[in-house]
Amino acid sequence: MEVLLGITGKDFTIVAASKAAMRGATILKASDDKTRELNSHSLMAFSGEAGDTVQFAEFIQANIQLYSMRNSMELSPSATASFVRGELARALRSRRPYTVNLLLGGYDKIADKPTLYWIDYLASSAPVPYAAHGYAQYYCLSLLDKHHHPDIDFERGMKILRMCTEELKRRLPIDFKGVTVKVITKDGIREVEYEDDVKVVVP
Amino acid sequence: MSRRYDSRTTIFSPEGRLYQVEYALEAISHAGTALGILAQDGIVLAAERKVTSKLLEQDTSAEKLYILNDNMICAVAGMTADANILINYARQAAQRYLLTYNEDIPCEQLVRRLCDLKQGYTQHGGLRPFGVSFIYAGWDPQRQFQLYQSNPSGNYGGWKATSVGANNASAQSLLKQDYKEECDLKEACGLAVKVLSKTMDSTKLSSEKIEFATVGKTKSGKIYHHLWGADEIDALLKEHGLAKAEDAEREE
Repeated sequence: MEVLLGITGKDFTIVAASKAAMRGATILKASDDKTRELNSHSLMAFSGEAGDTVQFAEFIQANIQLYSMRNSMELSPSATASFVRGELARALRSRRPYTVNLLLGGYDKIADKPTLYWIDYLASSAPVPYAAHGYAQYYCLSLLDKHHHPDIDFERGMKILRMCTEELKRRLPIDFKGVTVKVITKDGIREVEYEDDVKVVVP
Repeated sequence: MSRRYDSRTTIFSPEGRLYQVEYALEAISHAGTALGILAQDGIVLAAERKVTSKLLEQDTSAEKLYILNDNMICAVAGMTADANILINYARQAAQRYLLTYNEDIPCEQLVRRLCDLKQGYTQHGGLRPFGVSFIYAGWDPQRQFQLYQSNPSGNYGGWKATSVGANNASAQSLLKQDYKEECDLKEACGLAVKVLSKTMDSTKLSSEKIEFATVGKTKSGKIYHHLWGADEIDALLKEHGLAKAEDAEREE
């Protein structure tokens, strides 16, 4: 029951990931960070098989950072997405594939546009205006369909995220311990304080 | 004295030089001139093609200008056979980058890949270095239009206007004199033929003796590269009064 959410707006991309680290039906930790910064303008959120997730994310992170060092320039979000998809596709056809789902939030400094890529463990990749992985898809995509618009501002984006997390709290059978929220803008990546203890009543 | 140090590419001479690399550079300074000029809206490459025999088929292919990928071309000075190997390597490197990242390789990276290969032959023993210098013209979204030059030692640099091959010193000084930073592609083409006409042995030029190529942007913002046809080159020469006179051609 891991939650990954992504929302783009006119000059930002919000990425949210649940804080619960789970093993079977047990919650082991309530402050897990399921994101990794790849470079100054792209952030990867991941869910899936425990172990695979961090291994794959840090492998990608190391490669993207190596690229930045070698070429003294940063890989664009779209090139990063292609690289990640390629690595997943390669692993998928090996003896032990990674079972990892990803959201790749970024800001393209050359096109001056926020970006979001939805990538799953079968190495499908798609650029999207908003996205969710796992059970969150069932509850949130309808909300996002209704409220999202390409040129919403940051406040509106956070409001839509709030609607999503409240709906998830209301309907998911297991507590996912709230979400960590990170925002990517032209100035880089920053974490946003996110109030999680609001009581949500089920009708 | 030097005998003891020239046979291997990888051995320094007592003066701290690598003779084989210097001989390669010397070989290039006898090859046909090639030059490149960076303009505001594009880049022009021009090269002198040495006509060795009247019987040689002229129009079969470009000898000195090659396409590396969708946004990069290069001019060659030196041994064409060596150049073919390097160009094949560059094309593969560019396509491999396109496959992994789904976007074109940044110009400097491609130049560096080639230069790393060239450098290898000045260090890992037994083989001779590549006897080619390149002038590269390309475009990438990060740094727009770019012009580079590389030589057999594996050194490279970015330039506004540069030349390699025979008479490159005089070509270089002509370029230094007449290059204007805010020139457009059309003016750059004019400067290119002017410099070539002065550095080449024959006074009158023709499309048989030179090759021309441009990289630019279409009205819709797409990057194009274009190897010029004989008729286009002749038209350009005519425009600048450098074409062979009609009757002179008949006399031949």
